Amino acid sequence: MMQKLGDFKLPAFFNYPPYFTLQPVRDTREKQIQLWKELILDYCRTQKVFLILLEEEFPLFSNPVIERSLNNEARETFLSALVSEGRAEWLDKGHRKCLILWHRIQDWADIILGFVKDNGLEDSVMTVEEIRLGIESRGTELHGMDRTILMRALKLLEHKGKVAIFKGTSADDEGVKFSV
Amino acid sequence: MASNNFFVPASVTSSGRPVLVPNEVECNLLSNVDIEHDQDDAVSFPPLKSGHFILTTHRLLFLSSSCSSTAVAIPLSVITHIFSSKRSLKSVFHSPRFRFQVSATPDNRILDSDPGRVTGLRSVVITVVVRGKGDWELFLSKMWECWRGRAWETTPSETGPASASASASLYASDGLVRMVGVGGLLRKEQEMWESTDRSLQEAFQDLNALMNKAKEMVMLAEKMRQKLLAGSSSQSNSANDEELGSKEEMQDWLLSVGIVSPVTKESAGALYHQQLSRQKANVPPKVQFFAWLVALGIINTREKIQRRNPKTCLSPSCPVMLRKFDSGVMVIQSKSHSDEEVFGRLRALVTKPEALRHGISASDAAMTLGIAPAMAKEHLLTAEGKGLLCRDISPDGFRFYINLFSEIILDDLFLVKDYGIYSTWVKASSASG
Repeated sequence: MMQKLGDFKLPAFFNYPPYFTLQPVRDTREKQIQLWKELILDYCRTQKVFLILLEEEFPLFSNPVIERSLNNEARETFLSALVSEGRAEWLDKGHRKCLILWHRIQDWADIILGFVKDNGLEDSVMTVEEIRLGIESRGTELHGMDRTILMRALKLLEHKGKVAIFKGTSADDEGVKFSV
Repeated sequence: MASNNFFVPASVTSSGRPVLVPNEVECNLLSNVDIEHDQDDAVSFPPLKSGHFILTTHRLLFLSSSCSSTAVAIPLSVITHIFSSKRSLKSVFHSPRFRFQVSATPDNRILDSDPGRVTGLRSVVITVVVRGKGDWELFLSKMWECWRGRAWETTPSETGPASASASASLYASDGLVRMVGVGGLLRKEQEMWESTDRSLQEAFQDLNALMNKAKEMVMLAEKMRQKLLAGSSSQSNSANDEELGSKEEMQDWLLSVGIVSPVTKESAGALYHQQLSRQKANVPPKVQFFAWLVALGIINTREKIQRRNPKTCLSPSCPVMLRKFDSGVMVIQSKSHSDEEVFGRLRALVTKPEALRHGISASDAAMTLGIAPAMAKEHLLTAEGKGLLCRDISPDGFRFYINLFSEIILDDLFLVKDYGIYSTWVKASSASG
């Protein structure tokens, strides 16, 4: 019987107590870090989690079945490993907020381009919120995505001349013109 | 040093070394620290300046540099919290420091006993300011381990003040080595002793350190001393015939190397007495101690020091080695006890179903290996370093499991092969429910 966290399937080693203690021996620690990086990315991808706040409880970091929980040092170590690999970013100097890039920014940019092509939006204009939450994006990975990440991907595309970002009519939203 | 009753007094020897209780082992040292308290604590103590700060399995000891005969202790059992050290901008400019919290009584003393029986306790935060250049972070992590290790709980309490002080020292109050009977030791297996390849010459020079750490030898010594004394008082004791014979031979060799026997000391008019007083005057305690090891056949001196008469040898010669662990703990170990053998036994222990589910503690390993918990801990850490074990630190304590990390495939996190230790572990842990 597979253990789950919500609808996320957990691997057998999630019940292995040493998995929740930061290992001091170098080779063991490296393996442990790899396993946590993969698990964090898998979980965030399937659950559409974009942000991990270290001050708050993150379900993946605790296992009530074996009564173990990652301490702060371990959490920071594993997230920093993701950051080093370019799969996450610290949003603050204190390392309390971590943006998870289960798709890299470049990948998101490609997904946006695909979305534009699939929907014939080559020369149209949309607001950022429409991209994120509008009808067109339903059923795609863009739907419900984190706004910070979306903006970064759009800025990358703007840098490549594929889109133009401008201030919209409403004060708090921006518009995007595609010139793909 | 200003007198204060806050700390627990600690004894030191005439050469300024701390007197350790049975089973207590030194783990780490910081030279040149100050001990201070938080200003807004209700209980307080005058700060302690410039001293050596020693971590043992049981206590923290402060030895003042200026007044080497005074020392104070903080039992690890009274620590309620150890603050994690956070680096801050401030720490760049000041001496590093770490803090921990202890329980104190309303009349401004550290508890020296079970806190459960005293009411009205207060919390006092103690700050250790590291003035010297020692690795305080290592000290702090060792302090965590010792605090979690709770070695004071596994120490059997000695009965009576006399035996407590007696067991702690190989020397009686008159400076002579107290001797012990031979029967028990000869039957005792060599496995008690840990070893490494080091020349006997070095072992001889390091005897001071050896003497401080060889607590098992002390316990043995005490047991055998009792046996010898018991044997001397009962004339016809058929069960002890074999022992009596060996006892006399034992006394022979001991005399030949100038060691005093308590039996001869205590029986007035023993014919040994005249010989003894002549010989003992010329033999320094260190040599007496070393010769005792030789006499018992624990150290083989054929290569180095002197030719031993094989006729008087009661036990097969067993070469020993002096081994030093990363933590600084030194032990004597018989060569027959290699690391591989210990690892084999640890592996067998840690792959049992119960251990697969719940891991093992240093006490569990100690019982299986037949050694002291502190030694077992060293072996567990060594095995961890070699990749055999992994640690699990939790409110349940400091435990070790078989290392499964090496068995898990990164490309397929859900793959568990049908064979191998990972599969065995999965079955064992699902069985417990």
